[in-house]
Amino acid sequence: MTPSSVQSILERSRLQDLFDVLHRRGYAVIGPTVRDRAIVCEELRSAAELPEGWGDLQEGGSYRLQRRPDKALFGFAVPTNSWKEWLHPKRLKLLDAHRNPDGSLRFTPGDEDDPPKLAFLGARSCELHAIAIQDRVFLGGAFTDPHYAKRRAAVLIIATNCGTSGGTCFCVSMNTGPKVNRERTPFDIALTELLDESGHRFLLEAGSEAGAVILGELPVRAATESEVTAAETLVANTANRMGRSLDTHRLPETLLANLEHPRWKEVADRCLNCANCTMVCPTCFCTTVEDVTHLTGDHAERWRRWDSCFNLDFTRMHGGPARQSGQSRYRQWLTHKLATWHEQFGSSGCVGCGRCISWCPVGIDLTEEVRALRSP
Amino acid sequence: MSTQPKLAVWKFASCDGCQLSLLDCEDEILAVSDAVQIANFAEATRHVEPGPYDLSLVEGSITTPHDAERIREVRAQSRHLITIGACATAGGIQALRNYRDVSEMASVVYASPQYIDTLATSTPVSDHVKVDFELRGCPINKHQLLEVILAFLHRRKPVVSSESVCVECKLRGNICVMTAHGTPCLGPVTHAGCGAICPAYNRGCYGCFGPKETPNTAALAAQWKTLGASSGEILRAFRSFNGYADAFREESLKHE
Ligand code: SF4
Ligand code: SF4
Ligand code: SF4
Repeated sequence: MTPSSVQSILERSRLQDLFDVLHRRGYAVIGPTVRDRAIVCEELRSAAELPEGWGDLQEGGSYRLQRRPDKALFGFAVPTNSWKEWLHPKRLKLLDAHRNPDGSLRFTPGDEDDPPKLAFLGARSCELHAIAIQDRVFLGGAFTDPHYAKRRAAVLIIATNCGTSGGTCFCVSMNTGPKVNRERTPFDIALTELLDESGHRFLLEAGSEAGAVILGELPVRAATESEVTAAETLVANTANRMGRSLDTHRLPETLLANLEHPRWKEVADRCLNCANCTMVCPTCFCTTVEDVTHLTGDHAERWRRWDSCFNLDFTRMHGGPARQSGQSRYRQWLTHKLATWHEQFGSSGCVGCGRCISWCPVGIDLTEEVRALRSP
Repeated sequence: MSTQPKLAVWKFASCDGCQLSLLDCEDEILAVSDAVQIANFAEATRHVEPGPYDLSLVEGSITTPHDAERIREVRAQSRHLITIGACATAGGIQALRNYRDVSEMASVVYASPQYIDTLATSTPVSDHVKVDFELRGCPINKHQLLEVILAFLHRRKPVVSSESVCVECKLRGNICVMTAHGTPCLGPVTHAGCGAICPAYNRGCYGCFGPKETPNTAALAAQWKTLGASSGEILRAFRSFNGYADAFREESLKHE
């Protein structure tokens, strides 16, 4: 079977069938659910764990889970965490070192197991763009990351078109959403949630052969023309309701021409250099490496874990950290994300998901910072 | 005679909780005692080996003239001196006295205050002698304590990061209580090490590990105000177990 633009309808009442098919095919399903008053992505055992009837209210430094008037399952903006934690684990053992009785050393790789087969359920267009960015970071160029590569190859993507936009979303500015686009960011299946007087159902489209095979196992019917139109209208409306916007015109040049702008000091006065923004950003990829030794001295392990350009140790060299001031660290983050990333990886490092704005404890908003940096 | 490094544990003004962390390393304590000679550890054994010691772990703050003298002796007998816990690294909760008149307090608390021979302040060990490494926390994290001992044994830098609690919070997968619940949290200015326990139970961070590297306490205090915290609450938050650590002390003074 090959992917086609034929769209089918799966009733809400049969969504569990999708889980069953995925489970039968050996996939663990990672998708949104409610925990501790927020929507997070976790492993889901059944469709009953989806955040039915929940939405979110996102603003600078503020996230509130709230009830929706309907029973939508994907009626929120983006979850707290991004998919990167499954492709680029927070902590990863790189190697074990053992001391042989004769004193020589033996090394064994720490990440040899086959990665689990994962189905990402509900990945949004901005998130697919973030994955595409990390694909370029980890798989592009001469040196590739085998840990990312094998996890990435084991992932099935069931994307969702956004029917709701969040208060901190600006994918339209970044040209990364809200509608998924097979040509730009491949997916296996895309779904659009329809909830109107004709019922609660999902418009499904296969984006790959694997997706088409799965669709073939689901109790679907062909979509009507009006259902296809309804889905189009829904996403178009989302595009018109972005909570934020960012003017990207000549942005790299503008930022790099303003490295001494007084605004950097002002934002540094507010910035806690807490690193939350980099932890939640779906494209930030930096790590540090830590060695641990066992008491006997006969065994050591080398671990990789997420790091952040907001941490002092990130630039520590002989003589101390290179970026000592909070100002230099915030400037590094913003100019890398929005300016030098273009040179390095051929695109912006920001997909407009808004997480860094919502989850910054003091609500620092990069779209606002860019506006300020643009004015003299 | 044993060729193992000699370890000594010393107590000053403190609750003993930090040294108990060493005994609490149930699974590892035997291996520790294989790797080092526990030469002086009153919580574990009455047997005391004479100095000098290769590694001294010091718990507690300096609150009496006798303490001030004794810590110099400890330093003189120790090749490496590591302070453990908020008392030894920042003066502890008892450093609240530093903001008051001690003789006045003693007269209220003790029936015969003339027997109390105390300094006007409770101060960290580093105010008195050179310290080779400070392990933070109230109490310290036992895994970090083991890491520090191990790093010492293997002559490497301990893997103890001075970044924010927020980093640990995100690595643990917690939902941020500050942004999602509106709960004031000290995590963004607090030194990592606890593993973000309180936010994992939907509580704001209490700052047990003291100030992180480059803490922006003023910006955090401003955000606490926005979330509805009063000046008194902000003052008390900064002035607790680590209330005499520079950054927390200075911030607390702004809210008096
Ligand atoms: S911008 Fe916000 S989230 Fe990022 S380091 Fe600064 S205070 Fe923390
Ligand atoms: S920089 Fe902020 S808005 Fe852009 S992708 Fe990262 S978290 Fe999302
Ligand atoms: S709950 Fe506290 S420690 Fe955790 S991310 Fe939020 S502000 Fe930081």
